[in-house]
Amino acid sequence: MELNQYLDIFLEESKEHLQNLNEKLLALETDTQNTDLVNEIFRSAHTLKGMAATMGFEKMASLTHEMENVLDQVRNHKKVVDSNMMDVIFHCVDRLEKMVEMIVNEGHDQVDTEDLITQLETILSGNPVHDLKEVNSNHSTTTNNLQSQTLLTFDEYELTVLLQSMESDFSIYQIQVNLDEETILKSARAFMVFKELENYGEILKSNPPVEEIENDEFGNDFTIILISKKNQEEIRKAILNISEIQSIHILEIKKDQLTSQNQHMETQTVEKNSNKSSAGTNGQQKKHLSAKTIRVDIERLDELMNLFSELVIDRGRLEQLANEINHAELTDTVEHMNRISSNLQNIILNLRMVPVEQVFNRFPRMVRDLAKELNKKVNLNIFGAETELDRTVIDEIGDPLVHLLRNAVDHGLESVEERIKNHKPEEGEITLKAYHSGNYVFIEITDDGRGINREKVLNKAIEKKLITREEGNQLSDKQVYNLLFQSGFSTAEKVSDISGRGVGLDVVKNKIETLGGFVTVDSTPGKGTTFIIQLPLTLSIISAMLVQIQREKYAIPLSSIIETAIYKEKDIMYAHKQQVIDFRGHIVPLIPLKQIFAVPDGEIEEEDISVVIVRKGDKMAGLVVDSFIGQQEIVLKSLGSYLPNVFAISGATILGDGQVALIIDTNALIK
Amino acid sequence: MNQQVDQNLGEVKVIVFRLDSEEYGVDVQQVKSIERMEHITRVPNTPSFVKGVINLRGVIIPIIDLRNRLGISEKEYNDSTRIIIVHVEEMEVGLIVDAANDVIDIPDSAIEPPPKVVGGVEAVYLRGVAKLTNRLLILLNLDKILNADELKQLEKFGA
Repeated sequence: MELNQYLDIFLEESKEHLQNLNEKLLALETDTQNTDLVNEIFRSAHTLKGMAATMGFEKMASLTHEMENVLDQVRNHKKVVDSNMMDVIFHCVDRLEKMVEMIVNEGHDQVDTEDLITQLETILSGNPVHDLKEVNSNHSTTTNNLQSQTLLTFDEYELTVLLQSMESDFSIYQIQVNLDEETILKSARAFMVFKELENYGEILKSNPPVEEIENDEFGNDFTIILISKKNQEEIRKAILNISEIQSIHILEIKKDQLTSQNQHMETQTVEKNSNKSSAGTNGQQKKHLSAKTIRVDIERLDELMNLFSELVIDRGRLEQLANEINHAELTDTVEHMNRISSNLQNIILNLRMVPVEQVFNRFPRMVRDLAKELNKKVNLNIFGAETELDRTVIDEIGDPLVHLLRNAVDHGLESVEERIKNHKPEEGEITLKAYHSGNYVFIEITDDGRGINREKVLNKAIEKKLITREEGNQLSDKQVYNLLFQSGFSTAEKVSDISGRGVGLDVVKNKIETLGGFVTVDSTPGKGTTFIIQLPLTLSIISAMLVQIQREKYAIPLSSIIETAIYKEKDIMYAHKQQVIDFRGHIVPLIPLKQIFAVPDGEIEEEDISVVIVRKGDKMAGLVVDSFIGQQEIVLKSLGSYLPNVFAISGATILGDGQVALIIDTNALIK
Repeated sequence: MNQQVDQNLGEVKVIVFRLDSEEYGVDVQQVKSIERMEHITRVPNTPSFVKGVINLRGVIIPIIDLRNRLGISEKEYNDSTRIIIVHVEEMEVGLIVDAANDVIDIPDSAIEPPPKVVGGVEAVYLRGVAKLTNRLLILLNLDKILNADELKQLEKFGA
């Protein structure tokens, strides 16, 4: 078996299981009596162990194995969940995550696990097990049987299957069949035994392996491991019905035999064992995991996306040509193509969208640890985890969020004593919220802590020579808080004494800006702080309104447009020397794009004033253009790294005629 | 700089282009293609040497006027005007030049460090000067010319 090709799947699935472990453990911590949770945790650990062993990652397998032993005790009510146990298991999960990371980066799992294994063993050997006797008695009966035959050895994968079967109340039998010495067609006879046993359950393996039996390469006896719900006697009778069988020995394998074997066992690779029926069970497991989804390399999706965007540009061109030529059949065909490609477009775009949950779900655990470490009580609320974001953004947004959350727990929230003193509930609330708005996704992180101290931030900024005292006094609270994102700020050695919110925030800001987003902060002293991250749905094809300003064409994303309107010269009013219009009872400022973009004069002189009303949150503005060209699907393209941050331009697109039109970033235009 | 040139034994293949009467060269490794002049979409609020962007087979490429960038007075574009698409690190940028028509090999031994002043171009933008039998070639240091940090600085001052 070529293991490499499964490595990606293994890693993905491991991550899923680890995440599941984290979530369920967190839940278990607050609901220690919940057996369903324990079972779930056990299953995840178990599968993880099996997978790791199959892939030959011994350290990982052995750690999960030990972990599983502890969980098994809990499951069988031989141990109770206590905080020490939770901590150790959480540490195990961390170590396993580290291993997965190692496997990704270096291809092996050689992380030291001795300490954890010792801790797990201590837990295991801790409280004496109540029904020790029962276990012992089981053991003694089986050892009696063992005298007649020795137990086959199993590799990790088989053990996993066996243990799993036991969990589901199957019995495991090792059946030794001795054929009559006179038997003529031994393999045919053996086949009959196999066939018969398959009616009673599942054959995991045989000794010698099936191939050898089929080829008659065995003596007079062979051994089968059968997973079955039937009792020994039924099976015995069934086999004895087959002729030419001299004797059979059935041994029921107990769990402790398996686990003890497991501990002594050298890890073996699975490929030896391509037994038909074990392949069968293998297949079933895999099917369960991958029946409905398929994992695709993100690069392939990117490629598809690029090709499709070329198609969209051509589509625009075709539309334009069809309009010019005005041929009925051509127009029909182009329209049809438009419909189909729009559907296709939706599908392709959605392929890249992933719920933000993928990032969020690691936070409860992180916040728990942090709260514990800092001796604080924190309740993390998550909303909108189903909000979808482009995969590339998802991959990048994790670190900034971790940073902001840590910040919120560490510096935002007060200590328990301080909260009590300030008549706040002991438990601090942190809210993580994601939602769509227009062409953006917003993520908010709110804490109900002490808020940001304006004076301290100002003093620090002045001390760091970022602003002068005079400038500082003019700034609004919000502007002051946003000083925290300045790069000079985080280098301060003890930023925490200004309520600490400056730590590394410039890094957060940079990261988010490279993703084409923004971050702002708002705070109410004594009540708490909110960080708001605004992210674009990158790499997408968007609907836009094309407008003309003199001879230049610009695209305005439809998502930010409320409507377009035409005003007469006399409709324009002035407020503080600013041109404004009355738009449905609202006074809306006008932004003359011609001036903002310093568009060179052309011959175009319109009498009426064409206005595109755009919004940012609850604020509105009217962008003054020369004329509207029309609505079109456009492909967002970057201006390249040579031209980052051009004011009010978020990118470019290629029009049907091959020319470039710039996309206006209306958010930058609305103050 | 000096040492770097010395260490590169052998030859460099350069694309030769013209600005006014001077001949310049850029390492062929850094050149992606040479294009004829086409419609350039102006990008507002950028330094004056940034002429805008073009669509180069589906990719948006910023275009800078090399004369302006190097402080040589601009002139009308004509039939011989070319855009040399160069790539430096992650960036792809088009350079408008008066004409481009030659590819030559220069032995390293012919390359000398840039003199203080060559045709008014600041020495920092130059990699060196190549003296060939009957021509003088100015080798550009594209990393400096396309330095994005410098661009940011310029933007800040509204250049």
